Amino acid sequence: MKNFFLLIKREIKLAFRQIGDSGLVVTFFVLAIIFFPIGLGPEPALLSKIGPGIIWVTALLAAIISFERLFASDYDDGTLEQLALSDTPIGLISLTKALAHWVTTGFPITITAPIVSILYQMPEKGYLVLITTLALGTPTISLIGTVGAALTLGAQRGRVLLALLVLPLMLPILILGTSATDAAIAETSWESNLLLMGALFLGTLVITPLATTAALRLALE
Amino acid sequence: MKFFGTKLTCQKGDKLVFENLDFSVQSGNILILTGKNGSGKTSLLRIMAGLAFPSKGYLSWNDGSVKQEPEKHKMRLNFVGHLNAIKSFLSVQENLTFWAQTRGKNITDVHSVLVKFELDRLASISSQHLSSGQSRKLALARLLLCNTPLWLLDEPTVALDQGSIINLEKIISVHCQNGGMAVIATNINLNFPGSKQLNLHDFSPGNQMAKPFVQ
Repeated sequence: MKNFFLLIKREIKLAFRQIGDSGLVVTFFVLAIIFFPIGLGPEPALLSKIGPGIIWVTALLAAIISFERLFASDYDDGTLEQLALSDTPIGLISLTKALAHWVTTGFPITITAPIVSILYQMPEKGYLVLITTLALGTPTISLIGTVGAALTLGAQRGRVLLALLVLPLMLPILILGTSATDAAIAETSWESNLLLMGALFLGTLVITPLATTAALRLALE
Repeated sequence: MKFFGTKLTCQKGDKLVFENLDFSVQSGNILILTGKNGSGKTSLLRIMAGLAFPSKGYLSWNDGSVKQEPEKHKMRLNFVGHLNAIKSFLSVQENLTFWAQTRGKNITDVHSVLVKFELDRLASISSQHLSSGQSRKLALARLLLCNTPLWLLDEPTVALDQGSIINLEKIISVHCQNGGMAVIATNINLNFPGSKQLNLHDFSPGNQMAKPFVQ
């Protein structure tokens, strides 16, 4: 457990020393969201209808472009093999990676989403639910990302393969997240979607470290 | 303490790298791995470290099988591979302190380790400004952070200057005099009187002349 905090501290420190990396991801997210209304034209009815969907899809894409480096830099410089030889379980290492990924991408996306969604003239009722679904869904996305990144470690053209691997796995989150926001706007029940998202998060929290451990062991061999 | 491997065979894809390899090291021993490029020196070291697995054969520590207790085995060894495991965004001191903390026990003062590797004056500079020889020394400095009996070194002298090589030889000798053991893959001649040599060429497929230990 001591090593868990040690690793988190190091991950966060490294993330802040290369703050540009996560800054780029958030900038991509904001720019992509700004581009849609410009391309589609300023029609309030249309924009408020597609808003939640576009914000969610863009959040997924922004997360995916940042997955590649999750383990790659530690793998390339030998840190990963040294960590595998320390007494820290590999599953714990992957959890710290997921947490650091969420802190540097999922969290900034969650807090910038309500600001940029002003562009879509979303009804007020949707905001709180949108933030809540993002806050619940982005950690799950980070966890799924660790599995994809570990599986494609050392593979040629790993980046495209990674996107193809993890996108289908993220479909449930996308469906639950957007339909919860739509339901809140339509003033129908959205609570069950949030519960399901919570269940998805807990499920991936248990399963992904196991899958990542197996994948990383293979990559290190 | 005794660490030995029996009938080890390493296969990479379709290619047989070496077969029927036996080795043994005891407290105080240094085993030098030699052999041409591609003869499997690195593969053997990674198998010894438990990062890779032999396709046949097994490793033993004293009388126990290494495979049965992988977690224990990790705590007995210190592995310095081709890669230096240095984060360029951290300073020299920060890099070493991190590894000292992950190994938890038996942390000697990080600064005194830096002094031993002549890195103390560089402690606060960012690791991205290190030369390749200095990076190598920083990687090797991890060896002194905890008291593990078995050192596995893959081409430790790469990029080191003459003085640093002599310093490293001294550090390895002291480790072995204190009851440690070391397995070193190298292409240059290191000055270790009484060390054992293992030429991996003898175990390459189709070359089973079986002359394991040349003293």
